[in-house]
Amino acid sequence: MADVIKKATRDSYGESLRDLAEEYKNLVVLDADLAGATRTSIFKKAYPERFFDCGIAEANMMGIAAGLATCGKIPFASSFAMFAAGRAFEIVRNSIGYPHLNVKIGATHAGISVGEDGATHQCNEDIALMRTIPGMTIINPCDDVEAKAAVKAALDFEGPVYMRFGRLAVPIINDKESYKFELGKGIVMKDGNDITIVATGLMVNEALEAAKILETEGISARVVNIHTIKPLDKELICKCAKETGAIVTAEEHSIIGGLGSAVAETVTECCPVPVIKIGVNDVYGHSGSAVDLLKEFGLSAENIVNKTKEAVKLK
Amino acid sequence: MDVSIKKDLQKKACKVRMGVIESTYNAKSGHPGGSLSISDTLTYLYYNKMNVDPNDPENPDRDRLVLSKGHTAPALYAVLAQKGYFSENELKSLRHIGSMLQGHPCIHTNGIDMSSGSLGQGISAACGMALAGKIDNKSYKVYTILGDGEIQEGQVWEAAMFAAHYKLDNLVAVVDNNGLQIDGSINEVCSPEPITDKFASFGWHVITIDGHNFDDIDRAFIEADTIIDKPVVIIQKSVKGKGVSFMENQVDWHGKAPNKEQYEQAMAELNAQLKELEE
Repeated sequence: MADVIKKATRDSYGESLRDLAEEYKNLVVLDADLAGATRTSIFKKAYPERFFDCGIAEANMMGIAAGLATCGKIPFASSFAMFAAGRAFEIVRNSIGYPHLNVKIGATHAGISVGEDGATHQCNEDIALMRTIPGMTIINPCDDVEAKAAVKAALDFEGPVYMRFGRLAVPIINDKESYKFELGKGIVMKDGNDITIVATGLMVNEALEAAKILETEGISARVVNIHTIKPLDKELICKCAKETGAIVTAEEHSIIGGLGSAVAETVTECCPVPVIKIGVNDVYGHSGSAVDLLKEFGLSAENIVNKTKEAVKLK
Repeated sequence: MDVSIKKDLQKKACKVRMGVIESTYNAKSGHPGGSLSISDTLTYLYYNKMNVDPNDPENPDRDRLVLSKGHTAPALYAVLAQKGYFSENELKSLRHIGSMLQGHPCIHTNGIDMSSGSLGQGISAACGMALAGKIDNKSYKVYTILGDGEIQEGQVWEAAMFAAHYKLDNLVAVVDNNGLQIDGSINEVCSPEPITDKFASFGWHVITIDGHNFDDIDRAFIEADTIIDKPVVIIQKSVKGKGVSFMENQVDWHGKAPNKEQYEQAMAELNAQLKELEE
């Protein structure tokens, strides 16, 4: 395992913006005094004239982005998930979502893996918030390759997009030639017949690890990577429900309103099967190292293994 | 300002006020008070100032207006209808199901540059439009109209800081200082005063005028064009409900539609004013 290459998706975000700027002349970047942390500093260094710091004022930043978009710019409004989705929710809803403007929101430091900063900065609610906005696309990539593909896809898509990135370096798992990112389409990472583990973000790797362990215990688990949480690949989710008869969802987000909720809402309509949700269990986080916190809050392969066994019994 | 031009604007503003009364009466709801206080300035902007063309509403070089105090959409709709962005008959459909005229401005309505109405948000969008103009070296201007109660929203001051920092001299904000908001006078509710000093200290060029005097309005917007490297705010003293005697300076008329009797009286008063101007 020593040769696993790890990278934080926030780094992928900053690098993508820089790498795509030449091709996309209308791309501009906004930040709210967190350029170093969101990695938009990488873009700023290369294209200072297309970078605009809004200061610690996320509400205004979202409005600025909206105004820029009405004039044909493609603004990437960047901040921590807590402030992009939380603080600025109503501005995103009314100034970006309602007029359906071509604004891309780059939200880094999502989830509990923010680590030491603690509960005030660990945003486990952003997917839930963004899902309620009509017409909002939500992408939660699982590694560097997918994050870069997501930024490109967001640029090629006309309309508001919320992209969720992490602070913690995570293994690169999509480094094969065959990898293909398609907005709104889930990816079957591993086939299986007994149950489907539907994961997003950094939990995709944990799900793959869990599936390996389960295999040794005689449970054949399918692993599905849902990078686009909205619009959800309902066709794939329903197919998995029908074919495997039970689902476990895994996300670094509250069990309320995120991927787990979206999957449960979907299968109840097309093929009601047991769905067990793994996520942050409606509690606040606290300070600690990201790795320790993920383990403590059950966002681990080990917990996926346990919950999957429970889910199989419910079939 | 030229007397005949002024008279023409006064007549047009009077018709805008009729549109406000007509639309809110038919809607049985809406915000006539603040619509009437901003009618003169909106009329001036669309007829005497802004580079806009109803036949080319998406022109990238056009001037833009964001009605940050979006609840006063009836005045904006009345101006846009008179300008020919849509039929004046549409005004009667305000706030009805299926109408293009939503309770608050929607970007998908012809002539509307930005959805607005959740207070404090329009000025940020206007800043974004002005910034885009700077990036592209375009000469268009962006106008935004705020209520004096609206500036209690913190986002307004985030935007004010941003506009000065980025030297958005292509941005002109108007604060419609009619002194009243839903719960009472602005000074009783939570005073935003001194408004002039606040904007000046945020780095804006401040002009104060009488918002119902076209000479004043004209001078202010001409002066705004001469200011370099600073955003401009025009703080206009105005009368909520202006033009309809029983609505003037009455906080109750912030968000209430006239009944039939009140509608008839208001229209009679406005018709009399129009007749006087036409003599």
